[in-house]
Amino acid sequence: MFSFELLLDAVVIGVLLGCFYAAVSLGLSISFGLLDVPHVAHPAFLVLASYAVYFLNEHYGVDPLLAGLLITPLFFLFGLVAYRLYYETFEKRGSDAGVRGIAFFFGIAFIIEVLIILLFGVDQRSVTADYVGKAWRLGDMRIPFRLVVAFVVAAALTILLTLYLSRTFMGRAIRAVAQDQEALRLMGANPIRIKQWAFGIATAVLGIAGALLIIVAPVEPTLDRTYIGRTFCVVVMAGLGSMSGTLVAAIILGVAEAIVLTLFGASWAPAISFAMLLGVLAVRPQGLFGRRS
Amino acid sequence: MKRRTLLGGTIAAAVFGLTSAAIAQQPIKIGMSMAQTGGLAGGGKASLLGIEVWRDDVNARGGLLGRKVELVVYDDKSSASETPAIYSKLLDVDKVDILFAPYATVPPAPLMPLVKQRGMLLIGNFSFQVNSKVGHDMWFNNAPWGPADSWASSFLDLGQKAGGKTIALLAADQEFAQNLAKTAREVATKLGMQVVFDQAYPPSTVEFSGILRALKAAKPDIVYVASYPPDSAGILRAVNEIGIGDNVKLFGGGMVGLQFGAVMENLGSLLNGVVNYNTWLPEEKMYNEGTKAFFETYTKRAVEAKVDPLGYYLAPYGYASGQMIEQAIKAVGSLDQKALAKYLRENTHKTIVGPITFAADGEWKESGVVQAQFRGIKDKNIEQFRSSGKQVILFPAKLKSGDLITPFEAARK
Repeated sequence: MFSFELLLDAVVIGVLLGCFYAAVSLGLSISFGLLDVPHVAHPAFLVLASYAVYFLNEHYGVDPLLAGLLITPLFFLFGLVAYRLYYETFEKRGSDAGVRGIAFFFGIAFIIEVLIILLFGVDQRSVTADYVGKAWRLGDMRIPFRLVVAFVVAAALTILLTLYLSRTFMGRAIRAVAQDQEALRLMGANPIRIKQWAFGIATAVLGIAGALLIIVAPVEPTLDRTYIGRTFCVVVMAGLGSMSGTLVAAIILGVAEAIVLTLFGASWAPAISFAMLLGVLAVRPQGLFGRRS
Repeated sequence: MKRRTLLGGTIAAAVFGLTSAAIAQQPIKIGMSMAQTGGLAGGGKASLLGIEVWRDDVNARGGLLGRKVELVVYDDKSSASETPAIYSKLLDVDKVDILFAPYATVPPAPLMPLVKQRGMLLIGNFSFQVNSKVGHDMWFNNAPWGPADSWASSFLDLGQKAGGKTIALLAADQEFAQNLAKTAREVATKLGMQVVFDQAYPPSTVEFSGILRALKAAKPDIVYVASYPPDSAGILRAVNEIGIGDNVKLFGGGMVGLQFGAVMENLGSLLNGVVNYNTWLPEEKMYNEGTKAFFETYTKRAVEAKVDPLGYYLAPYGYASGQMIEQAIKAVGSLDQKALAKYLRENTHKTIVGPITFAADGEWKESGVVQAQFRGIKDKNIEQFRSSGKQVILFPAKLKSGDLITPFEAARK
């Protein structure tokens, strides 16, 4: 059945859900979008961050968002190590192309899954906070606080990353390495160190994104599989490497999913992301906000 | 007697004696796959622990046919694509004597033709209607589902008695949940109820607010939900945040996950008012001979194994699977599959979950599923679920421990 109230509800929830999708995709936008690393373990890193947040919340009563911030430096270091390992074993030997690079990250994802199972068991985990489980009343509409939190954090992350990549020396260097690695090398800079730094940033962002993941819904060790399709879809649809594009593409995806879920039947929802991706790639192969190469 | 014959006889006797002694020392192997990773692992691990407790008990009693019992278990990663290869290996390489099915409905589904073709007995483990089309006459399900429509009947009957005339169906797009939804549609038609909302949602759904808004707009009296653990938590959270409407008299029915300790602890007070199916609850009438002792052992071992600390839903039924096969082997005196199946089909089996009698399709003759309402649940306290009165049994009448509180919004307070 159709009603304007339901449509309005769907749009509002869709925007909020889209912001959440953006927050979990921003790291991938750097690692895959800018650095060209086939980082299929991105959602597994995300779930690992959620479990770290769960641990701090459950055992020390730390607020989930604060816990997300606390683990950010650790995830930065984790990113540095992960990229160095990938570089030494694959990229340096020129064997990163095609399936082999993907296989490396799939392997990492499985190791993380098993590690989480060994440490935390297979049960679902969630966090407690004042903003989990409550809603904001706006006329007849009720908006879950947890989605509002996702909205605010995603917006803040997008602005920070956009500023970082455009205003700081290191940020500009990251964009330069994305455009032409060889040119950077000729200018005497070490592109590998810059890529390593960028991968560290991409992984650090996951600390906060992991906090949002467990705030929005409970997590379980194999949840990463649900997010592989969605995050890659958002990043490719946005145009590889565009932060603001990632936010807009994620919002478009969130709104489309919410409208279909509410008004046309939930069974169609998973098809939406890929149908939109195919549509965008057919019309604009460089993505919505990508530059024509 | 010639010397050579005597010598031959002696050697033969010695060899025969040795062989039979060797056989006597070989354990009876029970093979199965079990979800130890993946989405079904929470249930799979608890179920396996229940079976392991039985194995240790039966071995402490001297084993079966003078032989120890050994379990050969592989992880099927909750995936139906893994199970056919695992069961082929169990039969051809491990050469197991008895087969137990993997936990849940989807993983055992592709096994059924293989097991039927090999003429093997299969003890089912909480599958719902997987044998209905295959018709394997040596299938015996340990789950108390009973006749296919009894599950939906018990819930909708409660709803109708509470004055419900319209129903909303919300089911995961998965074999098990869709089977439940199908029977609910049929029962609703039989009871003269109008289905005002009927949706299947994909298992990857992250946010349920939108679906619940649409459901609320349909203004149903009864909401029947058939969901899997991650979705059950998402749905209840969304219900708490956006509400479900004052006219809803009964909410729940087929939500998987609300039986698992960790999920119940996480959801806490959000569970209040929900009427959901269950298989075992710590209410007085549900204790049988051996139940208390089983849970004492299980509770101790669950902590070490990082498995559901309550284990009400699956673990006692895992133990009961073992008890049934134990009784059958003892009565038949061999591992002959046909004879064991005949025994299981024709007798009533005494177990810690009560007496079990099978119908022709290998399901329980009479349903043992209970519908219970969550009451007075507090946040973050798993121990509260060990006491009676937290999940009041409304159905069946013989196990009833209280009356339904309705409407749903009132019961949530």
